[in-house]
Amino acid sequence: MRPNLLFVIVVGVLFAAGVTLLLERTLTRVILGLALLSNGANLLILLGGGYGGPPIVGVTAESRMSDPLAQAMVLTAIVITLGMTAFLLAMAYRSRVLTGHDEVQDDAEDRRIMARAAHDLGPETEDAQPDGPWLVLRAGAADDDRAPR
Amino acid sequence: MTWLVPLPVVMPLLGAALNLALIGRPTVQRTISIVVLVATLAAAAMLLGLTAAEGPLVVAVGGWAAPLGIVLVADQLAGLMLVVSAAVTLSVLVYSIGQGIADGPDAAPVSVYHPTYLILTAGVTNAFLAGDLFNLYVGFEILLAASYVLITIGATEARIRDGTTYVVVSLLSSVVFLVGIGLVYAATGTLNMAQLADRIDALPDGLRLVLQSVLLLAFGIKAAVFPLSAWLPDSYPTAIAPVTAVFAGLLTKVGIYAIIRTETLLFPGDRGADVLMVAALLTMLVGILGAVAQSDIKRLLSFTLVSHIGYMLFGIGLVSAAGLAGAIFYVVHHIVIQTTLFLTAGLIERHAGTTNLEQLGGLARLAPLLALLFFIPALNLAGIPPFSGFLGKLGLLQAGVTKGGVLAWLLVAGGVLTSLLTLYAIARVWNLAFWRSGPAPEGAEPLSSEADAPLASHVAAKAPLAGRVATRPVLPPLMVASTLALVVLGVGLTVVAGPLFDVSADSATQLLERQPYVRAVFPDGAP
Repeated sequence: MRPNLLFVIVVGVLFAAGVTLLLERTLTRVILGLALLSNGANLLILLGGGYGGPPIVGVTAESRMSDPLAQAMVLTAIVITLGMTAFLLAMAYRSRVLTGHDEVQDDAEDRRIMARAAHDLGPETEDAQPDGPWLVLRAGAADDDRAPR
Repeated sequence: MTWLVPLPVVMPLLGAALNLALIGRPTVQRTISIVVLVATLAAAAMLLGLTAAEGPLVVAVGGWAAPLGIVLVADQLAGLMLVVSAAVTLSVLVYSIGQGIADGPDAAPVSVYHPTYLILTAGVTNAFLAGDLFNLYVGFEILLAASYVLITIGATEARIRDGTTYVVVSLLSSVVFLVGIGLVYAATGTLNMAQLADRIDALPDGLRLVLQSVLLLAFGIKAAVFPLSAWLPDSYPTAIAPVTAVFAGLLTKVGIYAIIRTETLLFPGDRGADVLMVAALLTMLVGILGAVAQSDIKRLLSFTLVSHIGYMLFGIGLVSAAGLAGAIFYVVHHIVIQTTLFLTAGLIERHAGTTNLEQLGGLARLAPLLALLFFIPALNLAGIPPFSGFLGKLGLLQAGVTKGGVLAWLLVAGGVLTSLLTLYAIARVWNLAFWRSGPAPEGAEPLSSEADAPLASHVAAKAPLAGRVATRPVLPPLMVASTLALVVLGVGLTVVAGPLFDVSADSATQLLERQPYVRAVFPDGAP
């Protein structure tokens, strides 16, 4: 069996675009990236199933059938991805409701380090940074670690 | 007796369906969940006994024979993992029921909690029993989907933020796994593991290496192996105590189980073992150094969790019966102990209102029972004799010494160092939170403790601050009882360490021989 070159290129492009989007900060773009990635993976499985006619007895001769198992697996994977994407979209929406945006924030460790840096640098340097006040805000939040605001 | 095999998957799923239909009737839900998990535990125990006596049990789901249909395979390793996971999920369920009862009937999200929790259990058991790579994927997806809901339960800002990391990383690992499945299928034309065992052997070396690396990458993310571990300490601590506990105990171990299964059955031999050993060393050291730097008990425990995954990888990387037996023993020990510690952390948070070490103090005097509940599993985790943590590490170190070679000796040294640093981290928690007279308990009084009472957060928010302490029982008896049960189970592992080690060694030999598994699925030889 020889894979179709066009399909291989499409899989590569889907993965590349997916990874690029995944590295974004905005959750909506991350979701799009994951969707592209999983489409790439699904196409890859289909490629593995080989090329042939519809696997229906009586329509295609048995030797010319494509592999139905690969198609069944892709269907399962599509359904799973659909559910997960819906959940992620709900999370992005919830994040927007709670914070006004859907950007994924830094983790607790990064926030703590930033708070310490802001503390060490003192108040005069903070004005120099465009996001100085934001840092101070996060510094306060990081101090009582995860207490709800 | 093969009808027993699907029960640990089917019963929790049916229970979840019933629970979903009975939303709004918490008492019935609780009863169903407990009955289902007790039954699962019983079935798992019988399976373990049967597999030890008769070898692997196989069920062709839907009556379709092996290469075409999907099989569930229960061998000794699967049986052992089923028993431990069922025991742990049951205890955590009782704990969360205690928490739910204590927080009052207004705790709305509880009705979603029960069905989701049972689905999580079904996913875990399905992954353990899967005899087919795609079914393993489905098992992972079931448990992950449930875990997404559980980790963001209550949907507060912190949980959405940390949950996002968790969900995105998990989805990415699922995609990698899916790609691995696609490649394996394209290369061999099958996904049945017993059949793959034969067919992968026949593949060219380079291709085998590609398949192995892709699958290892996918499972490495799930098992939180360094450098794929950064998501774990970032996402686990924010969830509610029982959820963190069950995740910490089970989910990473499902990844380890998948690594053990694929490394022994599909890719036998020491190809790739060096990579595993280096990853093990880095996981141990980086993880524990992270733990030492933490000032929050839950985050600290998350880092020890990552660190001790390294011990299990160490055992797998040795590719010897002794190493594998040590790894399996360590998995069993670590599931129980890590879960216990997170449950205790939940109790600490409930009692003192925080898990921040800078604000805690004097707990040994204020809550002696709590101190005991922390002290025993903590020493066990650090590997103080005579506890099972010590025995497990000893087994691994012995296997490492027997193996010899630079890398194995490095790992032995790293293992000892990690054990010492674990003791240091744990001793720090003990000194700051329990031993010192420290800040007065009133000073540590929290403004609110979101993480420990999410099920009733709106109730807590409405109550005036001063009144809340008085109205809420400090430590609900059911929560203490379930934690105590796990502590006893942890100590019990030490008592039965001999037989348990025998079972681990048996499973390890069976895994390395491979043929019992293949013959159980294909009595007439693989097609």
